[in-house]
Amino acid sequence: MSVLQRLFGFHGGVKPDYHKDASTSLPIAVAPTPTFLVIPLHQSIGGPPRPLVKAGERVLKGQRIGGADGNASSAVHASASGTVVAVEMRLMPHTSGLSAMCVVIETDGRDEWVANQPFDYRSATPTQIRDYLRDAGVVGLGGAVFPTYLKLNAGKQGKLDTLVLNGAECEPFITCDDVLMRERAAAILKGAAIMREMLAAGKVLIGIEDNKPEAIAAMEAAARAANAAAADAAIEVVAVPTRYPAGGAKKLIRVLTGIEVPHGERSTDYGVQCFNVGTAYAIHEAIELGRPLISRIVTVAGNVKQARNYEVLFGTPMQDLIALCDKLPDSDRVIMGGPMMGLLMPGEDVPVVKATNCVLVGSKKLFPPPPPEMPCIRCGECAKACPADLQPFEMYWFSRAKIFGKAQEYNLFDCIECGCCAYVCPSRIPLVDYYRFAKSEIWAREVEKEAADVARERYEFRLLREEREKQEKAAKLAAKTAAGREKAAAAVAEAAKPAATPEEEAKKALIAAALERARAEKSLVHPENTADLTPEQQAEVSAIEARRAEIREMAKPQLRQDD
Amino acid sequence: MTEQDNERIVNNSPYFLQPASVQSVMLRVLLALLPGIAVYVWFFGAAVLVQIVLASITALAAEAVMLKLRGKPLMMFLGDGSALVTAWLIALTFPPIAPWWLTVIGVLAAIVVAKHLYGGLGQNPFNPAMVAFALMIVAYPSLMSQWPAVGFTDFLPQWNAIFGDRQLDAITMATPLDALRTALHTADARATVAGVLGSDASFGNIGGKGWEWVAAGYFLGGIYLLQQRIITWHMPAAFLATLFVISGGFAMYDPTRFVGPSFHLFTGGAMLGAFFIVTDPVSGCTTPRGKLIFAAGIALLTWVIRTFGAYPDGIAFAVLLMNIAAPLIDMYTQPPVFGHKTRGGGAR
Amino acid sequence: MLEALLVMALGAVVLGAALGYAAVRFRVEGDPLVEKIDAILPQTQCGQCGFPGCKPYATAIAKGEAEINQCPPGGEEGIHKLADLLGREFKPLSAEHGVEKPKSVAVIDEQACIGCTLCIQACPVDAIVGAAKQMHTIVASQCTGCELCLPPCPVDCISMEPIAESVETWKWRYPVVRIVPAQKEAA
Repeated sequence: MSVLQRLFGFHGGVKPDYHKDASTSLPIAVAPTPTFLVIPLHQSIGGPPRPLVKAGERVLKGQRIGGADGNASSAVHASASGTVVAVEMRLMPHTSGLSAMCVVIETDGRDEWVANQPFDYRSATPTQIRDYLRDAGVVGLGGAVFPTYLKLNAGKQGKLDTLVLNGAECEPFITCDDVLMRERAAAILKGAAIMREMLAAGKVLIGIEDNKPEAIAAMEAAARAANAAAADAAIEVVAVPTRYPAGGAKKLIRVLTGIEVPHGERSTDYGVQCFNVGTAYAIHEAIELGRPLISRIVTVAGNVKQARNYEVLFGTPMQDLIALCDKLPDSDRVIMGGPMMGLLMPGEDVPVVKATNCVLVGSKKLFPPPPPEMPCIRCGECAKACPADLQPFEMYWFSRAKIFGKAQEYNLFDCIECGCCAYVCPSRIPLVDYYRFAKSEIWAREVEKEAADVARERYEFRLLREEREKQEKAAKLAAKTAAGREKAAAAVAEAAKPAATPEEEAKKALIAAALERARAEKSLVHPENTADLTPEQQAEVSAIEARRAEIREMAKPQLRQDD
Repeated sequence: MTEQDNERIVNNSPYFLQPASVQSVMLRVLLALLPGIAVYVWFFGAAVLVQIVLASITALAAEAVMLKLRGKPLMMFLGDGSALVTAWLIALTFPPIAPWWLTVIGVLAAIVVAKHLYGGLGQNPFNPAMVAFALMIVAYPSLMSQWPAVGFTDFLPQWNAIFGDRQLDAITMATPLDALRTALHTADARATVAGVLGSDASFGNIGGKGWEWVAAGYFLGGIYLLQQRIITWHMPAAFLATLFVISGGFAMYDPTRFVGPSFHLFTGGAMLGAFFIVTDPVSGCTTPRGKLIFAAGIALLTWVIRTFGAYPDGIAFAVLLMNIAAPLIDMYTQPPVFGHKTRGGGAR
Repeated sequence: MLEALLVMALGAVVLGAALGYAAVRFRVEGDPLVEKIDAILPQTQCGQCGFPGCKPYATAIAKGEAEINQCPPGGEEGIHKLADLLGREFKPLSAEHGVEKPKSVAVIDEQACIGCTLCIQACPVDAIVGAAKQMHTIVASQCTGCELCLPPCPVDCISMEPIAESVETWKWRYPVVRIVPAQKEAA
């Protein structure tokens, strides 16, 4: 801990009960491999990867099963060896309760790895390293799951002043970074060294909240060793005051360097980049051991008998983890993440994914149902607590009234949804829910508007093209008639008639012929279909029709309810 | 569709909520008023307690009727304490020996008109207690100017003044602000501040006799509110500082015609206003700089009305005038958002 | 009396002149109205409004020749926006022009398609690719769901499929929905 390091404050923040001790009493344990792994293809920000395997195929541990597709996409791997039993829609670990494409693997218990080749990053170009990390599926493990290779770009100047490692871990209950730093500090720093080299960063600041003295001590020891080995003093461990949300990347950058990175801008343009300590560890694993990202440390805490951190393979159902910790009988929900920002899970059978830093079991006692909402009395507590210096009650006002433009004027999109405002609100208004609602409405409108603009452009182009084609046709016709006039004056009347008539007739004939052919084909393929419509056939046809009508009917009231 | 009568059916993060409620905020405000009330009773008798009870009962009854009429959940809102705060402020700003119906009408105006007709808790653009005060002082100027004499604490005449036969001569006295203005405005042109202050029994060491100690009691309560983080320092500081500077400046310019800052700060409703009235969050400004401007504006208007106006105290009118300007001030004083170099937010 | 009249008249003239000057001096050059209306319309180009496209409908609205409630794809929200823009009264969607449907895309049953190109000609946004006697298909991301390709198809191989909600397009719901009657609590 450096005494010289000057710390900067940030506005707002809260101090909830931390509940961290329960899960740090025991070391990290390896969670057993389940019989079936359900691995969602889309686990990070960016385009969904395309599936690379089919049902029935045998896969090895660490084999790529989803390939990065398009911009900002990141690969996904089999977390254990076994057989792919299905590539299908499965329930996602998402509040919506919707499904998405997943690869389901029946594990064979042999844990056969693909050939692990360490990646010689020193002789590779930055682009090659980035491509390697993309294909190794390394994404930010702090919770935002942003593909790491995209962040390993030094930006305009080609070098950075500071690389920040985020070990603050400010959310209550979560201790996965804490135990990782206690137990695997050296590996984290090896990953950090690779990042530092890629970003040409001057110094490495590791920010850890001062409620984790063991982690700070472990990281300091490792940092001393690394500094001694490199004969410099680039790596520094900094204890930051414990205050939620000090672990937000932008808040931590501010605390450690005093730099405020505005919303929507790259921090590299300000000479600083921030990674979670888990991400640094994943980079070390990927590059020096050749292991793609197939597991992570997950805190299982809350309403369980023994909270603990596990190293969990992606695709492991959350209920398996909860069973390891002995869920208490009054549990009523599972939350992915912490109590401040976590997402309510639609069930216990959803898989652990790259974003799962914590599986939090809740109960009515632990998280009492919110009391009824009172009107806002503009007391300003939320503004005092907001770490983004926003005016939450103003955003609430406009979000509630669905005046989204005004909400945006009050910088709704600078909101990081940390929940401080709702935490302090004496009227117990679910403020963050209003922001989430307004944000997704605004996004949807944005998408709609873009689609409308594209449609308008294409429609106008089509009109233009039709006009041009008409003119071209007329010009051709005029040329033809001019030529024809010389040949025979008598043929003028005939030639002047639009030449299209015979063309159209020919087309009609063609269509009729094609229709006939189609009919003939159909009767050839399914003779019984057209020849004598069996009752089953008829029933099937009408069933399909009915289902279609039903779907349309079902879709209608749903839409209205949403309004 | 209004939200307050709806039940939350989704329960998303955060799952932790600080144990704070509107009710606890309001109850602590009431608690903070107690020292001032105690001193009030000590110097001016128990009449004010009668008024507080009267105002509280009226306010709760009016609140219940209005909630019922508006179809709102009754117990939830009745228990929030906001009506009680309004009632207490009315009782403390009205003369304690005012006839009972004056207080009742004032409270009804505050709760029914200024609060519920504008949409209830959280929606009122004007401070309800100040609406009541302004309305009553315009409608019944003489009744609103009859204040008990300091040190005359006999309960029976005061009770009679409120509920029965009003024999006022013995128990009333002009308030210090009134006495000073009357002397300066209507007496002969040679009257000076020093002369008036020395001659009248209603003036104490620094403010009005007795009143200065009541003000000190409110100040104590205000410190408690600051310590509890229910109010921020901005509004009281800006209000008191502005009043101090402007009255001090004019007193230095012409000490014979303008009374000094200690008198302004420790008489009338200045201290009550600074910590309990100006700081009403619903009708005031919310941005830090907005709060400073808002409170400074009230102080300026208060001084102007006290010095040149016809009413005994100017806080009510000053607060109402600044209430109108609050949304505008808020819009132009949005604090810079994290990472934004310039002021964000608000339509500029 | 005369003086008062003169003063008032003079005041009126001066203030009127000032207002007139201000109107000229501080005139706000806005987008032409048609563009603004067109920006609100959903650009499905479906013609349900009775005009050959969104732009013609926008022009008609601007001229006052059409009502603002003739656009089913724009729905109630679109009508509200038009009403706000034009300062007109909100009207429910006119039934003769259609009903608001969930957003859909056209899908060609590629087994049945005979490659006649009629749908390609009907598509207002060129979202159907294919050639004569070749199978056609619809570029889903560009389809506006206007249904104009349905009637020309001689083999009825095009159907409309509502766009399903996915994890990516899922929207957070409005936080409070259910209303608790006050009487219950009051009783």
